[in-house]
Amino acid sequence: MIGLIGKKIGMTQVFGDKGEAIPVTVIEAGPCTVAEVRTAEKCGYSAVQLGFGSQKPRRFTRPVLGQFEKHNLPPSRHLREFRIADTAGLEVGQRLTVALFEKGTCVDVQGVTKGRGFAGVVKRHGFAAGHASHGPTAGKQPGSIGASAYPSRVIKGKRLPGRMGGEQLTVKNLEVVALDPELNVLMVKGAVPGPVNGMVLVMKRKGDS
Amino acid sequence: MGLIEKIEAAHLKKNVPQLRPGDTVEVLVRVIEGDKERQQKFKGEIINVRGAGLRRTFTVRKISEGIGVERTFPLHGPSIADIKVVKHSSVRRAKLFYLRRRAGKAARLTEKKTVEEPVGK
Repeated sequence: MIGLIGKKIGMTQVFGDKGEAIPVTVIEAGPCTVAEVRTAEKCGYSAVQLGFGSQKPRRFTRPVLGQFEKHNLPPSRHLREFRIADTAGLEVGQRLTVALFEKGTCVDVQGVTKGRGFAGVVKRHGFAAGHASHGPTAGKQPGSIGASAYPSRVIKGKRLPGRMGGEQLTVKNLEVVALDPELNVLMVKGAVPGPVNGMVLVMKRKGDS
Repeated sequence: MGLIEKIEAAHLKKNVPQLRPGDTVEVLVRVIEGDKERQQKFKGEIINVRGAGLRRTFTVRKISEGIGVERTFPLHGPSIADIKVVKHSSVRRAKLFYLRRRAGKAARLTEKKTVEEPVGK
């Protein structure tokens, strides 16, 4: 679905109608430049390619730079495609802003989670840790990972320690609490994957117009 | 100014008093009962102030009918109608949680006669 590329600014809170505190994530979303329009006739699928942020031209390879020069656009730091059913009304060079969204509606936000390194089963899979006191305990160890002579192997898919984080995650149905077209700011209720200053994609929900 | 501060600035209340641990305050809380709204007073000593900007909160402790009661208020929350500072006390720490373990005379704070103006805003 159509969306915007943005930067996670951080979290704060705002107060609701009843005086309750609502936790919000502030996202600087857009303005995004339409860098390319893909149509079913030309490319086999229909999508829109958006660019966000600025970057020195020398940071790009010449083939990528050529893509921008083709349409006389300033180079964008981030380029992402959004698959959409209908590309009508979109043309290269057009700028999309947070006006795309509406206050009170829900959006999906995609980002890359913070890398947590080699994590144990308690952090990675939410296993219960052993009791911290009252004699010898298991601590944060995984415990038994299977039976003995039968099957003589560890069952595939067994949740074990390993690399955690640094993977793409989409958080769905986050309410748009506020938006500011002047500051290009979007505030969504709840947390969003990734570190502060990380790139996120804010997308309309599937099925929403 | 960061973007977050800019956004919070729009929601900040003006003229909130400078609160310090040890201050005796009267907090007027808006209470909504059915369709009527009234104000409830909560008077006690501030034992904790934390957070910055819009997220700043303070905890007020009082002894109600012999039982210690604590309430934490958001400084800029819309449910707070007014905060009156009744008295300043001289205290030597930022968090006065030790008052919870004291009762009666031992839990008193000594009043500070002169209050130096806080530096900056």
